[in-house]
Amino acid sequence: MRKKVIFKGVALPYLLLLPQLIITGIFFFWPAGQAIYGSFLREDAFGLSREFVGFENFADILADPNYLNAVSNTVIFSSAVAFSALGVALFLAVQADKAIRGADFYKTMLIWPYAIAPAIAAVLWLFLFHPQIGLFGRFLNGIGIPWDYKLNGGQAMLMVIIAAAWKQVSYNFIFFLAGLQSIPRSVLEAAAIDGARPARRFWTVIFPLLAPTSFFLLVVNLVYAFFDTFGTIHALTRGGPGQSTTTLIYKVYVDGVENLNFGASAAQSVILMALVIALTAIQFRFIERKVHY
Amino acid sequence: MRMLMRDTTMEDIALARATARRQARSRWIAHALLALGVLIFAFPIWITVVGSTHDVSTIGRGEVPLWFGGEGVANYVSAWLRGGSSLRTTGAVPAWLMLWNSLNMAVLIAVGKIAISLLSAYAVVFFAFPGRMVCFWLIFITLMLPVEVRIIPTFEVMVNLGLINSMAGLVVPLVASATATLLFRQFFLTIPDEYVEAAKIDGAGPLRFFKDVVLPLSVTNIAALFVILFIYGWNQYLWPLLIVSDKDLETVVVGMTKMIGTGDQQNEWNIIMATAVLAMLPPVLVVILMQRWFVKGLTETEK
Amino acid sequence: MATLSLSGIRKSFGQTEVLHGIELDVADGEMIVVVGASGCGKSTLLRIVAGLETPTSGTVRIDGRDVTKLEPADRDIAMVFQNYALYPHMSVFENMAYGLRIRGLPMVEIRKRVAEAAEMLEIGPLLERKPRQLSGGQRQRVAMGRAIVREPKLFLFDEPLSNLDAKLRVQMRAEIRRLQKRLGVTSLFVTHDQVEAMTLGDRLVVMHKGRAAQVASPMEVWGVPADTYVAGFIGSPAMNFLSATLVQGGGGAQLKAGPALPFADGPRPGEDGTKLVIGIRPEHVQHLPDGAGALPLAVDLVEPLGSETVIHGRLPGEEVLVARLPLAAGAIGEVLPVGLPPASWHVFSAEGARLPARATAPA
Repeated sequence: MRKKVIFKGVALPYLLLLPQLIITGIFFFWPAGQAIYGSFLREDAFGLSREFVGFENFADILADPNYLNAVSNTVIFSSAVAFSALGVALFLAVQADKAIRGADFYKTMLIWPYAIAPAIAAVLWLFLFHPQIGLFGRFLNGIGIPWDYKLNGGQAMLMVIIAAAWKQVSYNFIFFLAGLQSIPRSVLEAAAIDGARPARRFWTVIFPLLAPTSFFLLVVNLVYAFFDTFGTIHALTRGGPGQSTTTLIYKVYVDGVENLNFGASAAQSVILMALVIALTAIQFRFIERKVHY
Repeated sequence: MRMLMRDTTMEDIALARATARRQARSRWIAHALLALGVLIFAFPIWITVVGSTHDVSTIGRGEVPLWFGGEGVANYVSAWLRGGSSLRTTGAVPAWLMLWNSLNMAVLIAVGKIAISLLSAYAVVFFAFPGRMVCFWLIFITLMLPVEVRIIPTFEVMVNLGLINSMAGLVVPLVASATATLLFRQFFLTIPDEYVEAAKIDGAGPLRFFKDVVLPLSVTNIAALFVILFIYGWNQYLWPLLIVSDKDLETVVVGMTKMIGTGDQQNEWNIIMATAVLAMLPPVLVVILMQRWFVKGLTETEK
Repeated sequence: MATLSLSGIRKSFGQTEVLHGIELDVADGEMIVVVGASGCGKSTLLRIVAGLETPTSGTVRIDGRDVTKLEPADRDIAMVFQNYALYPHMSVFENMAYGLRIRGLPMVEIRKRVAEAAEMLEIGPLLERKPRQLSGGQRQRVAMGRAIVREPKLFLFDEPLSNLDAKLRVQMRAEIRRLQKRLGVTSLFVTHDQVEAMTLGDRLVVMHKGRAAQVASPMEVWGVPADTYVAGFIGSPAMNFLSATLVQGGGGAQLKAGPALPFADGPRPGEDGTKLVIGIRPEHVQHLPDGAGALPLAVDLVEPLGSETVIHGRLPGEEVLVARLPLAAGAIGEVLPVGLPPASWHVFSAEGARLPARATAPA
């Protein structure tokens, strides 16, 4: 789509674009290029010289059990976060759509967690599940379930999943509710006249109509779980205990900032970039389809 | 046509009653489930707010209070002026300073993004010039590279430019992103061609048209985007963590989590909780007060 | 007050040429209506005059001055848009004043002009309102007002009435006509509505596939259409077209539906047996109850309009004929005796061009 009426001139549009192009160039393309370049180099132990090593960094990463561990952590963490955040949000949105009276009140009460930073959300759950000071943490220990997410990897994973999903529900809720409210009443009425009971109506009419929204949200939630949850993990577990909550993005940080392994970190960045580009491409295909549809 | 008539039977009446009962029940269940949902979302906040009004030893002992205590004023005053820390470390940063830094960062990011996106979207939509599509794609592709992905090389660039430990370093790299540009582009495309034609006939040039027509028409979009971007800016974590080591530039989200040490018993939990409340208050208020624009902005940026 | 002159206007979008050389001279104070079906190029022509499009070739002159390469703002024109294009965030006053402010007129003068135009259009009390608080008719008036305050050399109207309901449209049509006469501003009015065209224009330009099929006064376009397209486009219900062949040494036509009749206005050139198209307007079809020389019309649809009745039917040879009869005549299934008086014929070649009567040498 484009305008048929436009202004003439060449210098002015470039002038208008300049700020964005400069910032994009310096802070996006240069670093991205650096990452790709760096992923083929290796620094010596003193950081004095770099040599070209081809795909060795990538090969090393993919052979590194720690990296493979991070991959499997990411898969578990991301799918758990995405599906629980989507499921709860859809469930609540359906209820809010049903309860016509007070729907706005529930909406207000459910959307504000969107404003809470992932790291803050993590701390709020820390207050609840801390083994010594947290209500639930103490309760679990009290009834004989040894609870300490700082020692138990599985419990740590559970904690970061809950904290990350909790915050994302409101975002999904907003979209699901908007999606539900955009389904034409006449379609639902037609289904009711066809004799479909509410539950059946949901699965045969509403759910398929929400499919585009759900798919879009799935991609957004995965991107969120991959990248935005750095704060959650950093504030709650620092990737531990051991490396049980180290995800890919956390590992990039650890290798680059704490271990100062430039080549490995750059190679990981490149892999992540490829991942995001793939996800964005999928989403873009989907947007295109939605436009035609 | 023949019609079969029959009287309303007792079964019909019973069916009508059962239907009414079922509908009422389903409404009540919906309300109950929603209330439960609201509770789940509110509970962690409740615990935190309540905790921030007790003294440090109450919490430290693990007596999780469910109702307000009497130390609220004292806790907030000391969080605001002194800052909390795990007691081992020195150099606590007072909450007012961290909040001020966060406010600066969030507002500068939001305003900066909106400003450069408005300009670039205007150029892409309302002009035909060589390289237009190239520029559009250069911007669009950045949608695919969140700062987290390219964090280390970007950090190196910042070091080279000497932007470490500065507000500019905190803000400028986050100012360019495709999302806002795409939103404005989409909105500009819905501005009827006739406005441009009318403006041309009225004798308005591109800059005048931008100022007199496009900008006023964009006000709600700008407001919506401001809410989203303010929250985005306020909630930044990894970038400030990396760029800022100077305590005078500490932002509240990062600073608050830094208060939690590893030796648990010594944490000033009450002050930490008060700071957590202060840290989430501004974005939550923005969302609640500007809910209409916020929902609009959110659902439209992602379309 | 000004003249407008278009010569050799061509316009291509990519490979497709949408205007194939338009010639038009508009006299000072004249109201020209450009009419045609959608896609005929009429809007493109208007936009070229406005300066919103540049012609591929040809020149646009306003008052003799070549403005082809000038920006719209430098042409001293005003335009009323189809959807009015009122800036939604500006009040009625600001909308009308905007063009004047850009031109740097003193505020006193702007106020005076807006007040005058507002009075003329009876929108004085609405000046502080925003466009969304106005009805369709009121918006239309504001759009007119915006054009009037500019005191331009040329008014351009781009289907300004098409968004109004039928009743309002008739009213605004009359008002535009009165206003244009009163102000005496040379005007170009684009529409797809033939009634609008007939009632508004001093002259019409009937456009067809990027060409001006006919440029003439409304009555001339109706009475002497240049080709079958114009003949069919102007008039409602549309003109009937019957196939025929030339007979009697060019002196008459043999209708496919029946009789051979001599032309009323003289012979046409051409060999006998040449294919012709005979046009006759529904209102000229006669009902012949006594049956003398009548053709049988098998009626298949009757549309009573009150004072008249529109009858659709088929002639022998299965040709369709529509008749507009001044009485409640005919019923579905009935065979109505109708006459096609040659005095009301329009004679066209098989390709559709009008065939005028040959000037016959006196015997």
